[in-house]
Amino acid sequence: MAQIVGGITTSHIPAIGGAISNGLQEEPYWKPFFDGYPPAHEWLDKVQPDVAVIIYNDHGLNFFLDKMPTFAIGAAAEYPNADEGWGLKPLSPFPGDPDLSWEIIESLVADEFDMTTCQEMKVDHGFAVPMSLLWGHKDKIPVRTIPLAINTVQYPLPSPARCYKLGKALGRAIEASSSDAKVVIVGTGGLSHQLDGERAGFINKEFDLMCMDKIVNDPEALTQYSMLDIVRNAGAQGSELVLWLTMRAALSEKVKKVHSNYHIPISNTASGLLVLENAA
Amino acid sequence: MSSTETQTTEIPGTTIFDGVQAQKGYQLNKMCYSFNDAECREAFLADEVAYCEKFGLTAEQRDAIKARNVLQLIEAGGNIYYLAKFAGIFGLGVQDVGAQQTGMSVEDFKAMLIAAGDD
Repeated sequence: MAQIVGGITTSHIPAIGGAISNGLQEEPYWKPFFDGYPPAHEWLDKVQPDVAVIIYNDHGLNFFLDKMPTFAIGAAAEYPNADEGWGLKPLSPFPGDPDLSWEIIESLVADEFDMTTCQEMKVDHGFAVPMSLLWGHKDKIPVRTIPLAINTVQYPLPSPARCYKLGKALGRAIEASSSDAKVVIVGTGGLSHQLDGERAGFINKEFDLMCMDKIVNDPEALTQYSMLDIVRNAGAQGSELVLWLTMRAALSEKVKKVHSNYHIPISNTASGLLVLENAA
Repeated sequence: MSSTETQTTEIPGTTIFDGVQAQKGYQLNKMCYSFNDAECREAFLADEVAYCEKFGLTAEQRDAIKARNVLQLIEAGGNIYYLAKFAGIFGLGVQDVGAQQTGMSVEDFKAMLIAAGDD
């Protein structure tokens, strides 16, 4: 039986990948953001997860509008990163855990979540930037990974309530598996931001801080929102909040907040970091 | 197609990329999706008109591409994630794109974002 040790939420803004490549972590613009991460590294060193399930959204690298899965999960031995068109240097492939992937898939489908299963899956910045932030300072990435992609590109998007139920089912699937791995769940993206339209640059600090509190203490409260409620309050790409909510639902009902950081802005976005430990 | 929540709910300055937009913008987005590949970006730069022709863009989409105008591209069915790859060809990032859409200078747009952290 695999054990879920806890969860992390982290931004996945592409510019962060550029800042890491160019060694800008100590620059005044970047320092308040990167200074949030050493406590996350210390926690990961303490709990030593074997597997990371990365809940993210594909921004047009692996999936196009010809076939757009609502929920997709990787079942590959490795996941390549690739050119996304605007200059971020592709990273080395990330190792997978196909045995655990398939056990999760079996369980999720039995639990009425009809996943798209991917034996080939390119992972974009939504996956790769969090990997760099959490483990990039290591010589070798010390975890096997399982990508879980949620559609935030083409409406209708799955509702926050549906994503919460998926997270619950994911937690059950991991804990029922035959693997003896320690698993960390990573919810990526967010928080408030909008890239498109006359409303580009929209940020809502008050709503973000409320969400960061609710994610820890009362995540079900966030399932009351529709996706359009979230867009109204957190901007068009604030819809990524469902990635956090899915992560949180996979954890125990009560969690211990180990660490948090919130910083405005990185690029067009308010960035949030949470480290949550599962109840024993 | 019956009216859906995404079509009846107005959020100012925001276009919800629903089935209507996804159909309208399919060829435009498909072209921009191709820009993941360096060879395709080079082919576009070598002969922009022919490249748009290859993907069957509408006149509205071709005009918006020619004008490098993001609001027009969204109006023509473009989705920001694919349009970002188009902008990338010219070395433009999301803050350049944000500034263009809001009619601000890039410096003013960045200052607005920093100010959002102050209150």
